[in-house]
Amino acid sequence: MAALLEVKNLGISFGGLRAVDDFEISIKKGQLYGLIGPNGAGKTTIFNLLTGVYKPSEGVISLEGNNITGLKTIEINKAGIARTFQNIRLFKDLSVLDNVKAGLHNHYKYSTLEGILRLPNYFKMEKAMNEKAMELLKVFELEGEADYLAANLPYGKQRKLEIARALATEPRLLLLDEPAAGMNPNETMELMDTIRFVRDNFDMTILLIEHDMKLVSGICEELTVLNFGRILSQGKTSRVLNDPQVITAYLGE
Amino acid sequence: MKKFKLGKNMKDNIITYGIVIIAYVIMQILVSTGHVSSLMQGLLVPLCVYVILAVSLNLTVGILGELSLGHAGFMCVGAFAGAFFSKCMKNVITFGLLRFVLAILIGALAAGIIGFLIGMPVLRLRGDYLAIVTLAFGEIIKNVINVLYIGKDSRGLHFSTKDSLSLGLEPEGDVIINGAQGITGTPKDSTFTIGVILIILTLIIVLNLIHSRDGRAIMSIRDNLIAAESIGINITKYKLMAFSISAALAGVAGVLYSHNLNSLMATPKNFGYNMSIMILVFVVLGGIGNIRGSIISAVVLTLLPELLRGLSNYRMLIYSIVLIVMMLFNWSPKLIDLRKRYSLKRLLKRTREVQ
Ligand SMILES: Nc1ncnc2c1ncn2[C@@H]1O[C@H](COP(=O)(O)OP(=O)(O)OP(=O)(O)O)[C@@H](O)[C@H]1O
Ligand SMILES: [Mg+2]
Repeated sequence: MAALLEVKNLGISFGGLRAVDDFEISIKKGQLYGLIGPNGAGKTTIFNLLTGVYKPSEGVISLEGNNITGLKTIEINKAGIARTFQNIRLFKDLSVLDNVKAGLHNHYKYSTLEGILRLPNYFKMEKAMNEKAMELLKVFELEGEADYLAANLPYGKQRKLEIARALATEPRLLLLDEPAAGMNPNETMELMDTIRFVRDNFDMTILLIEHDMKLVSGICEELTVLNFGRILSQGKTSRVLNDPQVITAYLGE
Repeated sequence: MKKFKLGKNMKDNIITYGIVIIAYVIMQILVSTGHVSSLMQGLLVPLCVYVILAVSLNLTVGILGELSLGHAGFMCVGAFAGAFFSKCMKNVITFGLLRFVLAILIGALAAGIIGFLIGMPVLRLRGDYLAIVTLAFGEIIKNVINVLYIGKDSRGLHFSTKDSLSLGLEPEGDVIINGAQGITGTPKDSTFTIGVILIILTLIIVLNLIHSRDGRAIMSIRDNLIAAESIGINITKYKLMAFSISAALAGVAGVLYSHNLNSLMATPKNFGYNMSIMILVFVVLGGIGNIRGSIISAVVLTLLPELLRGLSNYRMLIYSIVLIVMMLFNWSPKLIDLRKRYSLKRLLKRTREVQ
């Protein structure tokens, strides 16, 4: 079976810094895949390359067999990749519900005129959007806070809302950048369940960056370890975590 | 839950419309019972102009989150486009209201198109370039109009940038735009009632836009551009949409303004930098993104200097104190807290709980 995401020879330099070099990955549909590595290894940069925030210096990215290298961010989202951010990027002055509805933007449409004149299609589509958004909020147990401003949510819930918003765009591949950062152990445990739930119930393929080893070893089937922009180890989680090179990189010399 | 959400926006909007309508009715009663000085009556149409300007600028500044320093420039475009049309059609369309409605549409269209053309290159850039470009536009447009001569005779329209003689008009021809002397003899179609109707139409457009799919897209760009892109929102399209609509509505205000005057000239006083800044002051003091606040602050800050006229020397002192108080009221975190704690809604709720 062809892979959902296939990346070959991906690289980028910032001035003299080789942030990512000869990166490759192959993720099958329905997989829960982990991307780990020390600070500054280039993990977030890879997400930025996959989502078109940065243009790669070289390499090919293909999603479901289509070459998406060099496409703009919004085209990549339409092609089926959605993400969350390491430093949370919510629409902080919009309500929690509206954050998710913004994610539904390209799937529930009505014209500007229908919106301004409040024609029947406006009410029909808004109702459908409200229902869909509430459904997504329920998955993350945020339905009670639907009317809150996103900025007023506690940290852990903000991270969940970002995932809900990304899911609203109906992606094939979901990229999570340190989803458990700033969460306490209890919240992290809950999040692991939620991520599994999303994979199973939304038919999702997930690539996640994480520092929390318990989360990584708990839910990821395969791992890629990155160090100084290069792949240090790649493969089944249990094998990778026992790789002496990985242990050295993590524990230091 | 969902119903409640829709209802909340609706309730909020109804209060805004209500304030406008009640203020209008009270004013009409005061005028008809002779309680309003003629000076004050002369201020009613400009008041509507300022309210529309403030609300429309808030769409750019508060909802889109871009700074525009040339809003008066778009007003100027609308004012001249509308007045030009009305003067040309004065003897063709004799039904005044129809002519005025068409003039308003033309003024809105002209200002909207100019807004679109300015926004197209500038809003693609990341950074605060819009402020600089709109500032320049506001200054340039006055000068362009001041050297523009347009006349009409039986052979059609004639243009010149030198003087009215070089138009080469037939003896019975008519100079419509006469350079720095502008347009004289625009039909005086603007009334307070039409002004209020235009305010309400502006509110319908702006408020309904904000609470729609497009409005959400616009505000998501304001709140976080990178995240908006990541969920597939077309940044340039929605920035342009908000900015063009904002410019078009400023054009409407311009048409209202020009049809309230016998002679329309583009001077630094009416369409200059100071005017753009004054509108921005209305928006900032009323609360950025707060449409109702824009209306109230435009009205208060326009009427205040007139109401205080009797106090002669203390007038500007009191005016500045009011400015400061309004700023504190809207922006100081402590006062915002206090306001929330003692808001009418909460007080009502509390009395209900007590009972
Ligand atoms: N836009 C940029 N310009 C210059 N250098 C950059 C840029 N983006 C990233 N880098 C550099 O690339 C390297 C990799 O950064 P990246 O953010 O991908 O690391 P990371 O693996 O996500 O680290 P962390 O675990 O701390 O999030 C760093 O040295 C960083 O300074
Ligand atoms: Mg990172």
